[in-house]
Amino acid sequence: MQQSNAYIITFSVILTVVLGLLLSGTSQVLGPLQREAEALDKKKQILGAVISGEEISAMTPQEVNEYYTNRISSIVVDINGKEVSEQGGVAVTAETVDIAKNYKKPADQRLYPVFIYHAEGSADQVESYIFPLYGAGLWDAIWGFIALDTDMNTVGGITLAHAGETPGLGARITEPGVQARYVGKTIFDESGDLVAVEMQKGEGKDYSSQPHQIDGMSGATITGKGVNAMLKDYLGHYEAYIESKKSGAVAAL
Amino acid sequence: MSAETVEKAIEKKPAEALLSKRRKKLVSDPLVDDNPITIQVLGICSALAVTTQMKPTLVMAISVIFVVVMSNLVISLMRNTIPSRVRIIVQLAVVATLVTLVSEVLRAFAYDMYKELSVFIGLIITNCIVMGRLEAFALGNKPYDSVLDGFGSALGYSWIILTVAFFRELLGSGSVFGLPIYDTISGLFGPDFKLATNGLMVSPVGAFVILGLIIWVQRTKTGYVEH
Repeated sequence: MQQSNAYIITFSVILTVVLGLLLSGTSQVLGPLQREAEALDKKKQILGAVISGEEISAMTPQEVNEYYTNRISSIVVDINGKEVSEQGGVAVTAETVDIAKNYKKPADQRLYPVFIYHAEGSADQVESYIFPLYGAGLWDAIWGFIALDTDMNTVGGITLAHAGETPGLGARITEPGVQARYVGKTIFDESGDLVAVEMQKGEGKDYSSQPHQIDGMSGATITGKGVNAMLKDYLGHYEAYIESKKSGAVAAL
Repeated sequence: MSAETVEKAIEKKPAEALLSKRRKKLVSDPLVDDNPITIQVLGICSALAVTTQMKPTLVMAISVIFVVVMSNLVISLMRNTIPSRVRIIVQLAVVATLVTLVSEVLRAFAYDMYKELSVFIGLIITNCIVMGRLEAFALGNKPYDSVLDGFGSALGYSWIILTVAFFRELLGSGSVFGLPIYDTISGLFGPDFKLATNGLMVSPVGAFVILGLIIWVQRTKTGYVEH
């Protein structure tokens, strides 16, 4: 059966309109739910730096939200460690800062959210400071959150995520076993310079006596280097804020 | 398969049983004898990529079943109005819409799964099983038969990827559906006993090995020879 051109065009137009309406309708209906899911996911990632993944996955979404509200307060700072409350006339909150978008700007124009993990009910009893991280892995973006203890030196925990690292190799940065290697390491050397924590080449060596080095991931040296660069980079951007908290802590003593 | 494309004359009979022998065959054939993965060797890309763990594999299987069944239904309903010159584009548009729907729903209700499966949900569009069934069956058969045919093919795909995922998760991560099987077993033999997991199984290479073994075992049993 050979149809006329007019029939084919009419058919295509109707099909396109129907499918288009269907898709945009779905997107409209599901949009709020999707944004909620994304916000929840971000909270889970932030909390992942201070509590274990198993604990988080055992929580219901509601519990996660509650825990987050009770235990996390947040501010936004600039590269000089000064608190920022608005940019271009628009109020900014740490939760709405898009790290990936900010990453494209020059370092001194970016917004830097800080998530403060504190004891339940009292925002003054800080337990750790959580900083976002963002950088490049081997294939695509990598990001995460690192928690520093109140001495602003010891790593309390880290979560790492990636967009497209090699499964089984670079993608292992998401494994709890790999992330646990960071815990207890320090980011400043004796003279007070920022050295961050460096993942080494090769796997299976013992770095427990090295305060700034951790065991690497076999076969994923470049991803490891990306993580190292990201840590050094972002902790460097937060250095002014970190220093201000450090001296503040000393003054309080 | 060419016989399937021609609408059969059976319709003239009073009414075919809801699950007649022929219709049962539509569902059961693709499970073993005409399995889309092991016999037709279609849909290999996703079979290799998503099968490191059971849970995402199950979600993937359900998504594929939904897409294949629904697209078969829609195309079969429209089969007499689709202009033959643009039929591939029409099929593609329908499939792409269904896949986007699945991906949107996952993003709203199962964000973790959406993140984990990410690009592979989108790649269902290019899964040859979907277009293959539309071209070979849905374009020339009634809706109900098409639904059965799509369900059979998708089920054939699903049980294979679930089997692959079972072995990959068990051998590679020592668990099944996230339950730590290896740890439980080693727990029985005291603290010094430890079962080693196989890292190869976590990488796509492991899927090749498992899939190869499944195809081998199946073809030995059925005596299927490629021509």
